Amino acid sequence: MESFSLLMQGLAAAMDPMILLYALIGVTLGTAVGVLPGIGPALTVALLLPVTYGLDPAGSLIMFAGIYYGGMYGGSTTSILLNTPGESASIVTAIEGNQMARQGRGGPALATAAIGSFVAGLIATLLLAFLAPQVVKLALTLGPREYFALMVLAFVTVSATFGDSALRGLTSLFIGLALACVGIDGLTGAARLTYGVPQLMDGIETTTLAVALFAIGEALAVAAMLTPSDGMHSVKGSVRMTGQDWRRSWKAWLRGTFIGFPIGSMPAGGADVASFLSYAAERKLTKHPEEFGKGAIEGVAGPEAANNAAAAGTLVPLLTLGLPTTATAAIMLAGFQQFGLQPGPLLFVMNAELVWTLIASLLIANLMLVVLNLPLIGLWIKLLSIPRPWLYGGILLFATLGTIGVNPSPVELGMLILFGLMGYGMRLYGYPIAPVVVGLILGPMAEQQLRRALAIAQGDWTTLVSTPVSATLLGISAIFLVVPMLMRRRGRGQVLSQVAGDAD
Amino acid sequence: MSPERRPRGAAFVIAAGLAGLAALLLVDAAGLKQDGGYAGVGPGDVPRIIAYGLLVLSVLTVMSGLRGDLPKPPRQAPAPVFWILGGLGLQLALLHVAGFVISGAILFGMTARGFGQTPLWKAVAVGMVLALVIYGVFDRILQLNLPAGPLERLIFRG
Repeated sequence: MESFSLLMQGLAAAMDPMILLYALIGVTLGTAVGVLPGIGPALTVALLLPVTYGLDPAGSLIMFAGIYYGGMYGGSTTSILLNTPGESASIVTAIEGNQMARQGRGGPALATAAIGSFVAGLIATLLLAFLAPQVVKLALTLGPREYFALMVLAFVTVSATFGDSALRGLTSLFIGLALACVGIDGLTGAARLTYGVPQLMDGIETTTLAVALFAIGEALAVAAMLTPSDGMHSVKGSVRMTGQDWRRSWKAWLRGTFIGFPIGSMPAGGADVASFLSYAAERKLTKHPEEFGKGAIEGVAGPEAANNAAAAGTLVPLLTLGLPTTATAAIMLAGFQQFGLQPGPLLFVMNAELVWTLIASLLIANLMLVVLNLPLIGLWIKLLSIPRPWLYGGILLFATLGTIGVNPSPVELGMLILFGLMGYGMRLYGYPIAPVVVGLILGPMAEQQLRRALAIAQGDWTTLVSTPVSATLLGISAIFLVVPMLMRRRGRGQVLSQVAGDAD
Repeated sequence: MSPERRPRGAAFVIAAGLAGLAALLLVDAAGLKQDGGYAGVGPGDVPRIIAYGLLVLSVLTVMSGLRGDLPKPPRQAPAPVFWILGGLGLQLALLHVAGFVISGAILFGMTARGFGQTPLWKAVAVGMVLALVIYGVFDRILQLNLPAGPLERLIFRG
C-alpha cells in the first residue's frame, strides 16, 4: 500500500497547472507524430531534447512520456485510414483496421483502437506503479556483473531475436557500439577515436545520431521512392461501436494488455513485438475466424491495447534499472541524463517526488488522450492532408534546429548529414535502425559495468557467470540469439520478420 | 522482397565498410596507454572486442552476399536525394555567414523541391516564413542560441 500513497501524492503534484500543460503538450504532439507517417515518438523526443535544456526537468520528462503514449494512440489512425502505419507498433493494426475502413467501418475501428488504448494504458500504468518499487528492491541487490548480463540480454533482444536477419540486426548493433567508443573513456580519461577534434571528446550525441537516422534517413528514403502511396479511406458513418463491437472488443483489450505489459517490461523487445503477439492470440481465440483478414474488430482491439500496455511496460526497466529496451526509451534515457538524473533504483530514493509525479501524470495523460482521439478525430485526419513537400521540408528544418541549437558547429552538422546517409543506406538494405541507437547509449554503460565487475574480481572473467542471476541472464541471452537463427534456417523466419522492429 | 540468388555487390561494399570501421578501432586502440588497473581491461580492450565482432560480421556479410542473401532495394530516384543533400550541404556552408533563417529557408525549399514542389523560389519563400517563426520562438522566447545573420539582426535587433 506504500505505492498507493506515493501514487496519490504524485497525483496531487501532477494536478499542478504547469505540469498539466506539459502533459497536454506531450500528448498532443505525440498524437500528431503518431498520425503523421514517417515521424515517430523516438524522433520527436530526440528533436525536443535540445529545446528542453532550460525547462523544468519533471515537466519535460512528463512531456516526453506523453509523446510516447500519444504516439501509440495516433499510430492507429494512420494504419486504419491510410494502410500506412504511422509508427512501427501499429503495423498489425493496418491488417484488419484498413479492411474495416474499406467496408465503411472505419469509425468503429478508430473507436475500438482508442478505447482499447485507454483501457490498456490505465491498467498498465497502475501495474507500473505497483511493480516498480518491487523491481527497485530487486535491483538494489544487483552488482556490476548482473547489470552487465542484463545489458547483454537487452543487446541481443533488440538486435537479433526479431526481424528478418540476425546478421543485419547484429551489424546495426555493432555499428552503434563502435560509435559509442568515440570520446573520453569514462574510467581512465583516455581519449578514444577523437583524432584531435574537440567536438568528438564528449562522444557522439545521441540526439544527433537519432535525428539523422530517423528524420534525414527517412526523408531520403521516402523522397527516393518511385511508387506513390495508397489513397485515404474517409470515415463514413459514426464512430459509435455497436453492442456486438463492444462484446467482441473488451476481452481483446484485456488480453492485449496482459500480453503487452510483460513483453514491454522485460528486456524483450518493444511495442511492435507485443502487438504482433496479441494479433496472433486473437486470431487463434476468435469465434469468427472467417472474418480475419477481412476486417475483424478483435484484430484491431487486441494489438492496439497491447502496444499501449507495452509502452507503459517499457518504463519499468527504464525507470528502475536505467535499461532502455526500445529506441524511444533509449532517447528518454538521454533526456534523464540531460537533466543530471540517472534512472535506476537510486532515482526512486533521490528523486521520489519526480518519479511518482511522472507516473501519476501518465494516468492523466491517458485520460487526455482518449478525449483527444475520440471526439477530435476529425482534426487529426486533417493533418494527413498536409502536402508531403511541406511536411518533409518542415521535418528537416526542425531536425537541423535541434543540432544547431545545441552545437552550431560544422562538425556536428556534418555528422548529421553523414549519419543521415547511413540511415538511408540502412533502410535500403533492410538493416534495422533501433539497435544502432540502443548500442550507442547502452554501450558505454555496459563497458563500465563490465570493467567494474572485472576490477572487483581482479581480472577474472569467470566472475561474469559466477552468480546464478548473471549466469541465467547470459544463458537466456544465448537462447534468444541461437533459437531464432535456427528458426530462420528451418524456414520459419516469416513469423520473426513480421515482428521486425523498425523505428520505435 | 524476393531475394535474388546471385552475388550482390552491395554486400561487399557493406562488408568493406565494416572492416574499415574495425580497422579504425584497432589502430586507435593500439595507440592508447594500456592502463587496466585491477580489472586487467584498459580503455583499448573493449574497442578491440567490438572490432573483432565487426570483422566477424564483415566476413559473414561477404558470405551472405555470395549467396545473394540481401534484400534487393526497389529502384531509387536519385534526383530527390541530391536535392535534399544539397540543401543540407548549403545549410552547413551558409549557416554562419547567412544565419539560421536564410540557410534554413534554403534547406526547406530544396527539400520541398526534392519532394516535387515547384517552383523552387516559392518553396524557399515558404521556408523563409517558417524559419523566421522558428527563430522568433526558439531564439527569442525559449533562449536557444541560434546563429544570427544579417536578416535576423535587421528584424529582431535593428
